[in-house]
Amino acid sequence: MTASGPRTAQQLLEVAGLSRNFGTRRAVAGVSFSLGEGECLALFGPNGAGKTTLLRVLAGLLKPSAGVAMLSGISLPGGSTVRSRIGLISHHTMLYDALSARENVSFAARLYGIRDPERVDAALDRMSMLVHADTSVRSLSRGMQQRVSIARAMVHSPRLVLADEPYSGLDESGARALSSLLRELIAAGTGVIIVTHNLAEGLSLATRAAVMRSGSFARVDERATLDSASYPDLYRNAVASIV
Amino acid sequence: MSETLAAAWVIARKDLTIEFRTRSAFFSAVVFALLGLVIFYYAWDPTAVAAIDLAPGVLWVIFTFSGILGLNRSFGVESADHAIDGLLASPVSREAIFIGKAFANLVFIGAVQLIAVPALAIFYNLPLQHIALPLLAIAFLAAIGLVAVGTLFSAMAVNTRLAELLLPMLALPFFVPIVMAAAQATSKLLSGRPLAEAAAWIKLLLAFDIVFVVACALAYPFTVED
Repeated sequence: MTASGPRTAQQLLEVAGLSRNFGTRRAVAGVSFSLGEGECLALFGPNGAGKTTLLRVLAGLLKPSAGVAMLSGISLPGGSTVRSRIGLISHHTMLYDALSARENVSFAARLYGIRDPERVDAALDRMSMLVHADTSVRSLSRGMQQRVSIARAMVHSPRLVLADEPYSGLDESGARALSSLLRELIAAGTGVIIVTHNLAEGLSLATRAAVMRSGSFARVDERATLDSASYPDLYRNAVASIV
Repeated sequence: MSETLAAAWVIARKDLTIEFRTRSAFFSAVVFALLGLVIFYYAWDPTAVAAIDLAPGVLWVIFTFSGILGLNRSFGVESADHAIDGLLASPVSREAIFIGKAFANLVFIGAVQLIAVPALAIFYNLPLQHIALPLLAIAFLAAIGLVAVGTLFSAMAVNTRLAELLLPMLALPFFVPIVMAAAQATSKLLSGRPLAEAAAWIKLLLAFDIVFVVACALAYPFTVED
């Protein structure tokens, strides 16, 4: 099953027949979909369904075993141009605990060629972390570290955000700040792929929802056609064969 | 090229900032180097072996093993909470990551050498003043080769369960030609031979540096491909 459909938004990401194997195990099996600017694909699925692997392939951290993924017409994993358009949020914070929140975000900004300290502070402020900017990351709570990690991923204003369990460790206000940020990005034309186990959070952002099972899409729905109340049943049916 | 070097500097500065804050690997390496000197000193019989014959071997043994402590740390800081993913997903080239890491390691080993060489001179009563510059040059050239090989193998070993054991097992065989040339050149200098006699070993050291730096920089991107 593919997640392509008639789209009005300009295409940002095109994925065709993407597979990734680990030895004999096929983690992602021939996934195809497209994502337009200002669209959000919510990816649901049980553990081991291949969601994180798919995101890691799209982030250029893993090479696909087969198939192609194109971001703005450039094949992934591409060079520096294409990587500079992607923002990666993970449940791993990707932070250095000996550095402060500001130093971590500033380091990431410099990797993306950004030297303006105001952009670093703006990214921290967006996640309400400016007040803790000079605090060592090891002194921050897990939720605060996740906020810094999100600021780190957003500092270069990516065109495509890949978010793997981004709500992990966030408290209610952090989750609200992240949802608000993602909504703003989507409204501004950023493409978002969000992997989450929380159906309500995913659906609240999504323009499309997909369920992954055994490395491929078990079902794909346009958000406009979905009823949030009945989606948990649809999800359970979609993954029923392995749960 | 200037973009690669600029990104490498950003990465090196970050690594050096972290090491300056924690100082864990540096203190471990300096203590290891000084303890090594003490142990060799008390195991040494000055009536059987002259100081100038023993010192080059002692110096390069302690540099090699104390350097490994720093090299282990090089990619260790990236494995905590998957910071390496942030580096690899960024637009900087793999070569820039290698050069940045290698440069930080070079500074680390250079700092250990700056403490260990005077300590060696004190323990073995060696008059180093007149050979200080050529000795520094040899130490610098050898450090380049050691960090090139060590940085590559640190990247390869970091994701294994026995990284701290695997790194010396992988790197030490490749350290041998560098350490051999450096120890021989140091020996010629300490024994008061003309600089020209050490020149052949220094040229060999330079040749190994070129080969190892180029080969390791080219090989590094393959160690992070998955």
